[in-house]
Order: sequence, then structure tokens, then C-alpha cells
Amino acid sequence: MHSAALQYIKPGDWLTLLLGGIFVALITLKFWNGDLADKAIIRSGGKIFKEVPLSRDLQIEVPGPLGISVITIEKRKARITSDPSPRQYCVRQGWLQNSGEIAICLPNQVSVELTGSKKKYDSLNY
Amino acid sequence: MTASIIKLNTTAEDHHIARMAAVALGLTVLENAIPSPLPGVKPGLANIVTLIVLARYGWRAAAWVSLLRVVAGSLLFGSFLAPGFFLSLAGAVLSLLVLAFAQHLPKRWFGPVSHSIYAAFAHIAGQMLVVYLWLIPHTGIAYLIPIFATAALVFGTVNGLIAARFMDNHDMATAETANGSN
Repeated sequence: MHSAALQYIKPGDWLTLLLGGIFVALITLKFWNGDLADKAIIRSGGKIFKEVPLSRDLQIEVPGPLGISVITIEKRKARITSDPSPRQYCVRQGWLQNSGEIAICLPNQVSVELTGSKKKYDSLNY
Repeated sequence: MTASIIKLNTTAEDHHIARMAAVALGLTVLENAIPSPLPGVKPGLANIVTLIVLARYGWRAAAWVSLLRVVAGSLLFGSFLAPGFFLSLAGAVLSLLVLAFAQHLPKRWFGPVSHSIYAAFAHIAGQMLVVYLWLIPHTGIAYLIPIFATAALVFGTVNGLIAARFMDNHDMATAETANGSN
């Protein structure tokens, strides 16, 4: 039939449509699966010190037994910027971005954990 | 006393490009009258003209028509050199770049529908790039990308179909006229 729209779609066009559909599905899954963290939970001495959203850039000073740990939130990422712990493991861990990621300064008993809309399982919380 | 006259020498091709750009401009105006549920989600009807010009007269002419439409359209709506203008420009330039490659796809297998879809994806990619690098340097805009990508796929397909349909009708009409005159 002349007016049928389908006759204008050539075999390669179907391939393009298929690839386009897959591409859209993939980026939808990537951006909308809630994996991007939206909140940081800061703990000191095992108790929740503060819960902050990642949407605003800020710096927080958290007191611990050894001194003050500085936590920076920037562009939806969080990191421990400075810490009095001797080996600096948590500082060297760098930026945290996905939900479930955590940086722990054991000597100063400070930790930052990112959470999203759903809880992911890892070796820390199984 | 002689009035000074500036005369530009124009070719038939110039006139043709100007006519096509005017048609594209008309479609842009028409499109602006259609309300959109989300700013930025637009059918991009003017791209139908770009696709037809690309298929008929080649990439150079298509680039002229597309860029003239962006500049003249922005003058018409008073958005020349405003953020909206740069968004359209980025989208148009990236679409044209992608079309420069897409036009070499084998004609037997790929038609205007493929060109249109690739150009539509390039268009939103260009716009998102400008938005991210200049207007809203925040990863939060990633949440909007699936919406824009879906719109690009749907409107790209529809525009490609319209362009293919138009060229088909036009070819048949020309063929009939030619037959009639014989």
C-alpha cells in the first residue's frame, strides 16, 4: 500500500532504529537506576553525626578522639579531605560517588557513607 | 548625484538555498506555536528540510540551509547570541557533522530515516554538551538525558519518515509530469 509509512524504512533503517532503542534503554538504565548516591551519612564514634544531601557543595568538620576530620562535598561526590589519622587511608581513598561507597578513618572513628534510593549489598552490609 | 548601490552577485544555487532556508524558518515558527511539556523537547520539524536538501543537493547546501535557519530563526525570535541560540547552534553543528558521515552510508540499505535518527541524537548531544559545559555544570542534568534521548529517537524517526514520504511523492509527481509531456 502506498500510504503505509513502513515502506520508507529500509533494512538499514531498522538496524538504526534497533540500535537507537538499545542506546536509549541503556542510558535510561544507567541514569535512572538510583545508583547515583543522593545522601552522605557521616558517623563519628559509631553514632550518626550528620546526614547531608549531595546536591549542595559544602565542607563539614567532624570532631573525633584524635582531632578534626574535614569532609568535602562537591559536584555530587564526597571525600574526606583531611584527617588526623596516622596512615591517612580514608583521605587517600579519594572521591566517593556511588551509593554504598564508604570511607572510614578508624583511628579518628569517623566515616562517610553514601546512600541512594536503594540499599546495595556489599561485604560491609550483607 | 548617484545613489550608491551595493549589488551582490547571486547564483541560482544561492536563491535555492535561501528558498529552502525560508521554508525551514517557516517550520521553526510553526513549531514554536506548539506547546511543549518540557523545555527542549521539540519535534525539530525544520530538520525535515535539512534532510531533503541533503538527499537532493548534498551536504554543503544542507549545512547552509541549517545554519541560515538557526541564525535567521534567532533573529526572528529575538534570541540571537542568547543561550537558546547557542543551544540551537551546537545542536545544528553536531547534527551536520554526523550527517557528513551518515550520508555515505549505502543508499540501498539506509534512507532518510537513519540520517534523521543519527542527526537527532547528535542534536541533543550537542545541546547537552553546551548545557553541561556552560549553563548548568552539574551532573544532575544526567537525569534528563533519557527523556531527551527518547524524544530524539521518536521525533527523529517521524521526521525521517516525513522527509522520505515527501521525496517519494515529489519524485512520482515529477515522473508523471515528465510522462505527460512526452
